[in-house]
Amino acid sequence: MSGPSPTASELAKAMPAPSTLAAAEQQPVNVLVVGVGGQGVIMVSKLIALLAQQQGFEVKQSEVHGMAKRGGAVFSHVRFGERVWSPTIPLGEADFLIALEWAEGLRWLNYLKPDTGVFICDTKQIVPPFSCRDRRPGAALGYVRETVDEVIAKVAEGYAIDATHMAEQLGNDRVANVVLLGALSAALKFPASQWEEIIADFVPKKTVGVNIEALRQGRRWIEEARKGLPHPSTVPTPAMPVHADYRVRLEITPEWCKSCDICVKMCPERCLRLNAERIVELASPEKCTGCRMCEWLCPDFALRVHLDPVRATEGAVR
Amino acid sequence: MSVLEVSVEASANVLRPLTGNEAIARGSWEAGVKVAAAYPGTPSTEILENLATYPAEDLHAQWSTNEKVALDVAIGASFAGRRALAAMKHVGLNVAADAFLSQAYIGVNGGLVLVVCDDPGIHSSQNEQDTRIYGALAIVPILEPSDAQEALDFTKLAFDLSERFDTPVIVRGTTRLSHTRSPVRVGTRTDIPGRGFLEQPAKNVMIPAHARRRHGVVLERETRLKEYLEDAPINRWEKGDAAVGVVTAGTCYPYVREVLPNASVLKLGASWPLPDSLLRRFCDSVERVIVVEELEPVIEREMRALGLRVGGKEFFPRAGELSPELVRAGFEKAGVLQPRPKSNVWAPEPLMRPPVLCAGCPHTSSFLAIRASGARVAGDIGCYTLGCLDPLRGIDTTVAMGCSIGNAIGMVKAGETRPVVATIGDSTFLHAGIPGLIDAVYNQANLTVLLLDNHITAMTGGQDHPGTGRTLRGEEAPRVDYEALIRAVGVKWVETVDSYDLAAMHQQLREAINYRGVAVLIANRPCVLDPVKIKGPPLQVVTAQCVACQACMNLGCPAMSWGKETFEGRHKIEIDQSLCIGCSLCAQICSVDCIQPTAEVRK
Repeated sequence: MSGPSPTASELAKAMPAPSTLAAAEQQPVNVLVVGVGGQGVIMVSKLIALLAQQQGFEVKQSEVHGMAKRGGAVFSHVRFGERVWSPTIPLGEADFLIALEWAEGLRWLNYLKPDTGVFICDTKQIVPPFSCRDRRPGAALGYVRETVDEVIAKVAEGYAIDATHMAEQLGNDRVANVVLLGALSAALKFPASQWEEIIADFVPKKTVGVNIEALRQGRRWIEEARKGLPHPSTVPTPAMPVHADYRVRLEITPEWCKSCDICVKMCPERCLRLNAERIVELASPEKCTGCRMCEWLCPDFALRVHLDPVRATEGAVR
Repeated sequence: MSVLEVSVEASANVLRPLTGNEAIARGSWEAGVKVAAAYPGTPSTEILENLATYPAEDLHAQWSTNEKVALDVAIGASFAGRRALAAMKHVGLNVAADAFLSQAYIGVNGGLVLVVCDDPGIHSSQNEQDTRIYGALAIVPILEPSDAQEALDFTKLAFDLSERFDTPVIVRGTTRLSHTRSPVRVGTRTDIPGRGFLEQPAKNVMIPAHARRRHGVVLERETRLKEYLEDAPINRWEKGDAAVGVVTAGTCYPYVREVLPNASVLKLGASWPLPDSLLRRFCDSVERVIVVEELEPVIEREMRALGLRVGGKEFFPRAGELSPELVRAGFEKAGVLQPRPKSNVWAPEPLMRPPVLCAGCPHTSSFLAIRASGARVAGDIGCYTLGCLDPLRGIDTTVAMGCSIGNAIGMVKAGETRPVVATIGDSTFLHAGIPGLIDAVYNQANLTVLLLDNHITAMTGGQDHPGTGRTLRGEEAPRVDYEALIRAVGVKWVETVDSYDLAAMHQQLREAINYRGVAVLIANRPCVLDPVKIKGPPLQVVTAQCVACQACMNLGCPAMSWGKETFEGRHKIEIDQSLCIGCSLCAQICSVDCIQPTAEVRK
């Protein structure tokens, strides 16, 4: 059996000499790629890892999947250098954070190096169903509220790029991740030709053209952004809360209720029940959101939901 | 050939980027494994998937119905004189434990290796038990690789040790090992000739008289293993600063090296059994010893039992996965490192993004119907466990693989007043659900089983099983006929319903619940991701008609979210055309019929 893992010098012998990124010879370069299941996080990180290995670095790429396919948050750590120990990037030590989705980018900001970390984020918003579950009138969307300008101002070097829109313009929204990779390629100084070679090698034959173009556009975008030129990024509008004040009132006509139980079973908040006479009653008024499900479903019109507007003066007192 | 494709040729100077799982598969192939079996389970699944990419003439690789059967298959191959492997996740070893603990007495003929992948941090499991404790229980060696290169090397070594010491050997990984890619120098396959079946009943047949004798052999074997491990190269003493010595193993080792590059480190390649004298000598050579290990203090307790003064779990957490941050924090707590100044990094409140059932997931309608039924629901392990989350909230309990039906029987017999429903997926039903169903019939429990048949093992990424009609290598296989199987064990009420027909689902479930006795309703629709990704014409919301009642949002479908327009202060709904597969459940729910097809529907 062979001994410990290959050492750096063995690695160097086995592979072509490193061309650039002298810094990586002292400290590993840390790239954190994040997004939502199905966006291509793993593909992006594999590409970076392959390219770094071709350049002669030791590379570790670590991810966690399992629940990932199910629309959850996905992340992949890529570390490369002369010698890499931990497969995960320590908190506050990522050189680059590549986010394929806006809220996911914000989730991992504390992994960036506070003084030098580069944040490259797609402004695409994938709103989970979990954010839209408040049925009360006037309820706000449960998505991050920070604007692009607020976030960019808080990081050492930040770029919010509408990569999904750029990919759509190219005719394939699946290449948004390669647009971001292009943006990263301008910062990570591997030769541009090698980025293109590895992408051509990696993606399905039919999509090589569009992927290379996506890479070039991302690269061009960030070069212009770094020069401070105005760039065609569209800024997402943060979800606006709805300013509507209604008071919910449920009107029950007991004489019309025939105890069929449909409203009790179908109420999403489970706030109805049948009383001792098997007539519907509102058991937990505080839970009722006035969604009108019972009103729509009652075959006998025994339930009516009233949403009474609350006057401005009243609203101010609350 | 793609850059990542498996190739059986090895070139000495090429380092391949392999995950831990790929390296374990490669290592067992190189070691001449002849039979390999597993039941899929995160994070171990890819080991067998990968082994199946090696030539069929080299080895037989199969999915088994559960981990116990997988281990039984491997044991059988070992009896027949061939090298064999069984792979499983940590909780899978509980299922296989009965066979495993007795096989520890029997030993091996052909080398027998169990790869067991733990899940510290519970990324995708129901607990984070520490497999290393099974080493002490079974008195079987446990090897712990720390990266992909070691995963390959240790797997090969495990086969050698298994034959040399006449013992099954566990290779223990973790999620971090399984799913981390790092450079690996690969070798070539050594074909190990078969040893033939050895007729030795006193060793191979565990009747009490034989077992008593074998127990003594096992204890003597442990002594020999300890002696071997005293100077085995897998236990590596890395001399450094004598002020602090760290004893560690497996995936904790790189964290220690990251945080304390100059410390003296005793890196144990085997976390069971431990080399007493090596540990003593290491402790004598440094001023202070700290044990860094994930989960249980297995090494720490053993060292304390030897009378050695060590620190450990007072600095590092016993629950969850370690990380460079946690290891650093531990050494700060121990006074080994100076605390770093706290940097005030701005971190916005993170968005809640729990995993959800996919857009168009056929399980969705089952849980809508269950919720409306007002039943008490015993759940099981699979994607559908997500049915416990908002907004479906359709599961009351989930314990482990195949528990749902037995749990439901218990609830009924204990006098639960609500109707009781057990939900179980097709793969889980075949894994451990059938004995529960027979028990329900035998003990005449009044309950309903909702068999969620999506024709695949979905949670682990779409693996075949005896109900799919295909093997691990994609060849055609006989297919389980669920209705016939269920009737054969004595269930009188068996019906199949289309999961995309919501009214039928509601009606059939009510009938099943009203039936007195065991009723089985099979909800039948393929998974939308595997084996083929299903994508039909998407639906759209006719916004002008939408009354924002949020009824469709009760599905928890990830293709649906709030739009900009509102009605009575609530957001109208939008459907993401790229995610919607056109399952039409939302259209069936919509009370004002505002969800419409985008394309002409052919009748």
